[in-house]
Amino acid sequence: MLLDKKSWAVIKIIVFLLGLTPFLLLVNDGINDRLGANPIETLHFSFGDWALRFLCIGLALTPIKAITKQGWPTRFRRMMGLYAFFYASLHLLVFIVLDLSLSWEAFKDEVPKSPYILMGLLTYSLLLPLAVTSTKNMQKRLGRNWIKLHKLVYVAGVTALIHYFWLVKKDYTEPLIYAGVIGVLLGIRVIVYYRKKVNILNFQS
Amino acid sequence: MLIKTGSDILSSEITDRAFFESRREFIKAATVLSAGIMLPSHGYAETGKYVDAPIGPYSAKLQVTGREDVANYTNYYEFSTNKKDSTVLAKALQTQPWTVEVVGETEKPGGYNLEDILKDNPVQERIYRFRCVEAWSMVVPWIGFPLGEMLKRFKPTSKAKFVEFTTLYSPEIMVGQRSSVLDWPYVEGLRIDEAMHPLAMMVTGMYGDELPNQNGAPLRLIVPWKYGFKSIKAIVKIRFVENMPETAWHKSAPGEYGFYANVNPEVPHPRWSQSRERVLGSSIFTPKRDTEKFNGYGEEVAALYSGMDLTQHF
Repeated sequence: MLLDKKSWAVIKIIVFLLGLTPFLLLVNDGINDRLGANPIETLHFSFGDWALRFLCIGLALTPIKAITKQGWPTRFRRMMGLYAFFYASLHLLVFIVLDLSLSWEAFKDEVPKSPYILMGLLTYSLLLPLAVTSTKNMQKRLGRNWIKLHKLVYVAGVTALIHYFWLVKKDYTEPLIYAGVIGVLLGIRVIVYYRKKVNILNFQS
Repeated sequence: MLIKTGSDILSSEITDRAFFESRREFIKAATVLSAGIMLPSHGYAETGKYVDAPIGPYSAKLQVTGREDVANYTNYYEFSTNKKDSTVLAKALQTQPWTVEVVGETEKPGGYNLEDILKDNPVQERIYRFRCVEAWSMVVPWIGFPLGEMLKRFKPTSKAKFVEFTTLYSPEIMVGQRSSVLDWPYVEGLRIDEAMHPLAMMVTGMYGDELPNQNGAPLRLIVPWKYGFKSIKAIVKIRFVENMPETAWHKSAPGEYGFYANVNPEVPHPRWSQSRERVLGSSIFTPKRDTEKFNGYGEEVAALYSGMDLTQHF
């Protein structure tokens, strides 16, 4: 797509606002008491869902780039990743501030009894360094290591899924949908990785 | 909504008439007070079918959860695993006429019309705590009658050691039954002494009116000292049996849901703590409430389980 710098800036702002929309809608629902009988659960689950959705969108951009043979998808990778982190942070914040009411006693009691919470915390700890090193400056400073470090997002995708599966009481429909999406997106990478390997081997022989 | 978390359940205390009279005013006032955070339609129906039901024993002096919250947050997997969707989907259920089949170790087996059951069992109102295994709770003014009184009329034989309840199976209407999320129909059970305990209730209404379909109309069980999943909805069959019946959630995940399912903060679910509960209707900044053993009804029911290891028989 041949667009000038200005047009890209406008598009980025639009995408940025779209990413913020779920948050704003939830805040609006909260102000107007439309979060249902269990508002904390609604906020907590919605933020978790959006974190997972942005993670999926972020993981989809590179395959889309490869299929469309266009450069624009990767322009949004950082923003999508940061939105995944933003919603994951809100998800965690709701848990700590609203669900546990900042009670260390409740944290000590509830977290060790819940493998899914531990898995959620692990996922967040994987996303955190990616968000911290997301700036252009950090990218330059870390060089090749930056790419290696950011492969952690694949691990985070898997641990986020495990987190979801472990918390579900009985109906696995939704985590299965996310597992399908993330499975395809990571599967593509595995195929690409092995194809490259085969090509290199062929070239060498 | 302001929840009086400090107040203990005075469940052995019979609520006096004056409190009953004043309660509606109190709820109205509470609704006005918390109008900023609550839907306006909370509280009691003014013209409900059971608006004059007398207050029964064991009714606790507790701040009642808003009706809209209770009516729109139900675990009714026969319709949906989504707590809100069941409100809409359950509208399709026809609850009249309704027959309850009574079978097994009984001297009076047969099909009983719900209307006839209600003629023999006058209803009363009881405000009970309701604690879900998912660690949330509410306080509901149920309308119904003691389960034991009804069961005695069916004259269970000496072999009747347990009583088993079955929910309607009707996948055309109960669309959730088309998926195999649980093994349908839903079955629950109680030991006969649990079933005969005066706290156990057969419920036909709430908030002074008929039970909404999503809350288990036309006839459901309420066992306030047990997790909510024991309190089976839309009952069509009651069977007296000699051996412990297999129940739906136990069958689905025996390591997670036991037959007894007594509310117990000391025994965590394998995947989460049961020490605390989120009281629905309270402000989002209200901390969770400490869960009480037997949901606060220990004084009445603990004796049923004396000598039993509740970590084994969870």
